[in-house]
Amino acid sequence: MTRRMGLTGNEAVALAWKQLRPHVVAAYPITPATQIVERFSEYVAHGEVDTEFVPVESEHSALSACVGAAAAGARVLTATASQGLALMHEVLYIASGLRLPIVMNVANRALSAPINIHGDHSDTMGSRDAGWVQVYARNVQDAYDRTLLAVWVAERARLPVMVCLDGFTLTHSLEPVEVYPDEAVREFVGEAPPDGYTLLGGEPITVGPLALPDSYMEFRRALAAAMERVPRVLEEGVRAFRQHFGRDLPPLVEAKGTEDADVALVILGSYADSAEQAALRGRVRGQRAGLVRVVTFRPFPAAALREALAGARDVVVLERADTLSGLGGPLGVEVRAALYGLPQAPRVTDVIFGLGGRELRDAELDALLRSELPGGVVYLGVEGAHVLEPA
Amino acid sequence: MSLNLRELSQRTQGLAPGHRACAGCGFPVVVRLLFAVARRPLVVVNATGCMEVVTTLYPYSAWPVPYLHNAFENAAATASGVEAAVKALRRRGQLDTHPKVVAIGGDGGTYDIGLQSFSGALERGHDFLYVCYNNEAYMNTGIQRSSATPQGARTTTSPVGRLQRGKPQPRKDLTEIVVAHGIPYAAQASVSHWADLARKLEKGLAVVGPAFVNVLTPCQPGWDYPPERLVEVAHLAVESRYWPLYEVEDGRYRITYVPREPVPVRAFLEAQGRFRHLLADEEAVAEIQRWVDIHWRKLQERVSRERERSPGA
Repeated sequence: MTRRMGLTGNEAVALAWKQLRPHVVAAYPITPATQIVERFSEYVAHGEVDTEFVPVESEHSALSACVGAAAAGARVLTATASQGLALMHEVLYIASGLRLPIVMNVANRALSAPINIHGDHSDTMGSRDAGWVQVYARNVQDAYDRTLLAVWVAERARLPVMVCLDGFTLTHSLEPVEVYPDEAVREFVGEAPPDGYTLLGGEPITVGPLALPDSYMEFRRALAAAMERVPRVLEEGVRAFRQHFGRDLPPLVEAKGTEDADVALVILGSYADSAEQAALRGRVRGQRAGLVRVVTFRPFPAAALREALAGARDVVVLERADTLSGLGGPLGVEVRAALYGLPQAPRVTDVIFGLGGRELRDAELDALLRSELPGGVVYLGVEGAHVLEPA
Repeated sequence: MSLNLRELSQRTQGLAPGHRACAGCGFPVVVRLLFAVARRPLVVVNATGCMEVVTTLYPYSAWPVPYLHNAFENAAATASGVEAAVKALRRRGQLDTHPKVVAIGGDGGTYDIGLQSFSGALERGHDFLYVCYNNEAYMNTGIQRSSATPQGARTTTSPVGRLQRGKPQPRKDLTEIVVAHGIPYAAQASVSHWADLARKLEKGLAVVGPAFVNVLTPCQPGWDYPPERLVEVAHLAVESRYWPLYEVEDGRYRITYVPREPVPVRAFLEAQGRFRHLLADEEAVAEIQRWVDIHWRKLQERVSRERERSPGA
């Protein structure tokens, strides 16, 4: 039966891994993802899971080994964060280009310099166009659920999936989690669907060939098409998830109170709780506020966002990353792109907050919602006006 | 150990015809011998480089065995993953065969950019053979220096000019770095000595755990010799003791071929264009000869030290 356990985000992910029973885990420790690998090594050392654990010498080698194992037909998991994900960058594209269903948990953390171990989304936003499905967890339960779902989706979409959980706010927070029985997880993920394209399938196949201008573009278009099919696979996945575990997981976006909202907040990850509370306080004040949490960032849920946001006067994007392009954060740029062309499209204010683990305070959110929303890009909570002065 | 020339000629499996390796390229010899001595099914993992480029141009492939190319610096890490998958699948009864994983990289992918992932895989003790086809420079990108490039050799990034006469530094001794990992088997071989090379590949495949064979594999455009003189150039490298043939089995050194009357290294240098600028400079040639002599002596010392330690061997 389902058990209720107190788990940190990292512990919940490690437990999900054990239940998923991967053939191979190749991983390298990095704050704040380290405990995932530590805890999983303990499962292996105690014989609680019969996974081949490859304790590699770098994140680049971690993902490289995952590519080798997945190409051989194994179910493969890994985890990283920040600099580690940046070091994997080259291999991210190879994993998706070879259509390998690798699942990776990313404990979201800021990028250097200056070096900082705390949470923001700079790391995974840097990988947003690498051909990986990206989902962002709201809480520890969600991190656990989405990790289980990710394997189901990856093996059917034949694409790698990143399950992102906010560094420290989720990875190190103890929350009550409903843990499903091992057998239920086994039944849910089952064996991977048959695949005629593995190295160990008996045929002398060549994986990772050289493709020149006469064929390269077809490979890349096929990859884009695979990504376009992901929403459908996700729909099927959450349906199967509901059947097995009785829990509803929104596949693309989670909207609350947007039907009549004048102001709609858009957010990724764990700060959705704070944003939802701010919207509720707005309601108490008489402001019609709503919330859209983007669950799946890749592929980008443009249609779902248009539907949820079309009626709002103002959209406030709250995000923990910056494109450093003068256009604001990546989520803001893409929300604007999704809304472009709508008749009476809402005004978008892109609020960048919480870089390097900076807290987002309720009072700041309330003040923002009470003010005249300016549109454009706002950096919330930056102290010392001099840093904002252009040269 | 018993492969003779007639048997070899009957083992025809090799790269399929039509691959795009240059005339006078050394690595098809290595692949052919690898297939000839393999007793288990193979899975080949290949680093980015000439071999990958000339054998896998989509929609064709020259490989008669399962083959995976990931990137330049990660052949050994990728092989770790394949080997881990073989183990895990077999443990669960999901794989009946027991393929051996062979990683192949050039000196760029092995000595330089891939050294970290190579060292990591050796230290972890994966059951795989790593073959380096060492042509002593980055040939795929058009002949740039590597840490395997010998002193004095001209490459496009160690050119010959008024202030510099080819590569200023001697080559790195990767085989010794590998030996320092304490793996069961490491060897140096050359495409010129096919029986010796075949025996070393066979031993490397038979070992349980990591094995390494560093094969001197001349590159026609990079070394600048007439295509038909591939074997001859490699032969001179061995006969001059520029490239000693030896193996280290469980820490025990053995020189597998001792040139009876070693030729001066000048003969090796003269056979190629990459040293042409040096030949008139007696001191430069003498310096290379001294380097060769010192390294041969060091190798002999390792062999005799080993003998003193274990007299029965």
